[in-house]
Amino acid sequence: MDWFLILEWVIKAVILLLFLTAGFAYVTLFERKVLARIQVRIGPNRAGPQGVLQPIADAVKLIFKEELSPKDADKVIFMLAPVITVIPALVITAAVPWGRSINLFGREIALGITDLNVAALYILAVTSISVYGITLAGWASNNKYAMMGGLRASAQMISYELGLGLAFVPPILLAGSMSLVDHVETQAAMGIIRWWLYQPLGPIIFLIACIAEVNRAPFDMPEAEQELASGYHVEYSGMKFALFFMAEYIKMICVSMIGATVFFGGYLGPFVDQFPILGPVYLFIKVVGILFWMVWVRATSPRIRYDRLMAFGWKIMLPAALFNLTFTAVLVLLTGA
Amino acid sequence: MTISLIVFFLLAAVAVLAALGMLLSRNAVYSALFLILNFITVAIFYLMLNAPFISIAQITVYAGAIMVLFLFVIMLLGAEKLPQNTSIRWQYPAAVVLGVLLALEFGYVLVFQIGGLSTAAALPANFGDPKDIGGLLFNQYLLPFEVTSILLLVAMVGVIVITKGDKTTR
Repeated sequence: MDWFLILEWVIKAVILLLFLTAGFAYVTLFERKVLARIQVRIGPNRAGPQGVLQPIADAVKLIFKEELSPKDADKVIFMLAPVITVIPALVITAAVPWGRSINLFGREIALGITDLNVAALYILAVTSISVYGITLAGWASNNKYAMMGGLRASAQMISYELGLGLAFVPPILLAGSMSLVDHVETQAAMGIIRWWLYQPLGPIIFLIACIAEVNRAPFDMPEAEQELASGYHVEYSGMKFALFFMAEYIKMICVSMIGATVFFGGYLGPFVDQFPILGPVYLFIKVVGILFWMVWVRATSPRIRYDRLMAFGWKIMLPAALFNLTFTAVLVLLTGA
Repeated sequence: MTISLIVFFLLAAVAVLAALGMLLSRNAVYSALFLILNFITVAIFYLMLNAPFISIAQITVYAGAIMVLFLFVIMLLGAEKLPQNTSIRWQYPAAVVLGVLLALEFGYVLVFQIGGLSTAAALPANFGDPKDIGGLLFNQYLLPFEVTSILLLVAMVGVIVITKGDKTTR
């Protein structure tokens, strides 16, 4: 075993985890600021210059809140559920590349944790696991509203996973590989416009399905305030609530990273061939772009009714994704891409 | 080598304990959770054996899809707590007979075949590559693959027909 290799992996993993957790703090601020501007308000601006210390103030507040757990709750699962929710969110981006390899201290260092040859499947596997935390939280709270929220969340996530999974297949067909590095390199070779023309519905289906996967407005039925109080986390307080909050925002960052990599060129951009260190910068800019889009959607569209949501998932998203897949498959066969 | 041995035995302990926990816990939700833990440990075993595709498929298919539906059934049927004496009368003798049979088979293999285990051959460089697995599935094993997929389709259609119910009796 090469100890430097292990050290390199540990450092990269720590960087990713720190990026995601710090990103969580600042995505909350970003969202509040953007929402405020869209609603012609100013947003948080008291803690620090322009409110940049607001996430720290929020964290301190949540840490000092009283931890409550309901008398009839299932204590063990009630404690475990927030943890089970956060872990998939933290590990899912392990397969996403940040850039081409750079030369540092005489070592060739690949930017990215690992180049899995089953990366697309890995992402789907972790997505399918991430339903558990929310369902268990709803069940363990022993509260009707929480239970309904948990069940709705799992039904919704299972339904939209189909669209998400099928949106991943055309890139696999085009790249001839499940590795996300190969996806990005194929986009570099084909050009991003051709990449989209081969799968015209792919990016749209992915973006819609990923909002549903992270349970955000307009698909935030699990939390629908006027029907379910606040859904699966209604009984949670203090740091346990903060963990659910953290999972939601980290998942936002993760799906943005995955979407940027699979459909928007990932780390590609001008001059990335000469300066590979620009790769993470381009990826970051694209991630912020998708995050802005998600906040924009939340600010401008109303929540849709639950039965409409399920009907949309099964009757529009699934056939559209299947059509998209067939289209790509036929084109690949005809043109031999 | 030693590191992977240590990891193997730790995982094996987790897998066995999770399986026992699944069998012994009275609460069906805990059983389901132990089963998920067991599936995930098995997936890590596959990963240690250089088979990432099977490992990820194990997580997606078993831990992900089936267990979600399993939890649904448990929750919607409200069968969280099993009553104390639910076992059917013939279960105990049947369990004893089958257990003894399994122990006998195990002993037979241990005594007579222990030398017959060949050491694993060196793996080819692209072992477990999803491309090769796909090629095998769609060329050499096309018929079994298609038959399985038709079986799954039949099961799916069956579920839809059953849940729709009989319109005339309503």
